[in-house]
Amino acid sequence: MHELSLASAVVDTVERHADGRRVSVVSLRIGTLRQVVPPSLEFYFDLVGRETVCEDARLEIEVVPAEARCRACGEEWTLAGPVFRCADCGRAGVEILAGEEFDVESIVVIEEEPCIALT
Amino acid sequence: MHRTYVKVAEDVLDANSTIAHANRADFDRAGVAVVNIMSSPGAGKTTLLERTLRDFDAIRVGVLEGDVSTTLDADRIALLDVPVVQINTAPSFGGECHLDANMVRSAIPKLPLDEIDLLLIENVGNLVCPAEFVVGEDHRVMLWSVTEGEDKPLKYPLMFRTCDLVLVTKVDLLPHLNVDLDRFSRHLDMVHPDVPQLHVSSRTGEGIGEWRHWLEHAAVREHVHA
Repeated sequence: MHELSLASAVVDTVERHADGRRVSVVSLRIGTLRQVVPPSLEFYFDLVGRETVCEDARLEIEVVPAEARCRACGEEWTLAGPVFRCADCGRAGVEILAGEEFDVESIVVIEEEPCIALT
Repeated sequence: MHRTYVKVAEDVLDANSTIAHANRADFDRAGVAVVNIMSSPGAGKTTLLERTLRDFDAIRVGVLEGDVSTTLDADRIALLDVPVVQINTAPSFGGECHLDANMVRSAIPKLPLDEIDLLLIENVGNLVCPAEFVVGEDHRVMLWSVTEGEDKPLKYPLMFRTCDLVLVTKVDLLPHLNVDLDRFSRHLDMVHPDVPQLHVSSRTGEGIGEWRHWLEHAAVREHVHA
């Protein structure tokens, strides 16, 4: 169900940028902290994209690893699991540098050109 | 026919965030603080609200009830003479499993904002989706009942990471269970270091005073928002 709402939001975002043109590819960047399951998102995207500019469009998903920095000691590391204490000094003030993204990065649209008569 | 690359670089939930900001502005103008209350189904949100709001005169509270369907929860709250509005998510596609900013926006005209200091939003019972959708709240509170298993913070990290307070509910059941609260606290600390916890029982009233005190404090808004 989560991915259904998110897929709808993806289609809404794409529609605003497609300007009525059909879309062939939608590129997403999704951070690992977002709890999004890509195959589920693809399934719902196909469903909610029907009869929109996204019909038959392909999703390209780039998964962004979670990166954190300790505000106290400056240590930076890649999170392997949901642990938000500093891996080095153990303190709590951790800043998330990456991994919370859920962005439509780009789309590819199909331009239908009118036939030009040669004279 | 040719293909054109279009740069978008936009957060998918921007539209929700924009509406949440508008809600926030409306609540700010009315001087109403907002607490978004979330948990799994059956953790005791409505029962806690009943216990909390019965004969609670320190602040004026309104309630927004979110459910997929039925007005059962709102009916229970209305018995306490508390202003309450029910949102059913079922009319939208598929019956959403969470409240989003637009659903809350649609309920604002029905809420007596001038007559309340604090709005409690009881979200749809779900540990995943509500965490993704801000609705214009100042605080997020989540309930974890002692029957749910100590590993929940590790399984649903986003929910536990984005809340400002964890209410451990149904603590009157502890003598009958093998639940290990230290283990729960260790897991919670991994996901959300230093987040405060309150232990409550809606049945015995344990911890309800502290929870009410937290709400009174929340109702005194700082009005400092990004």
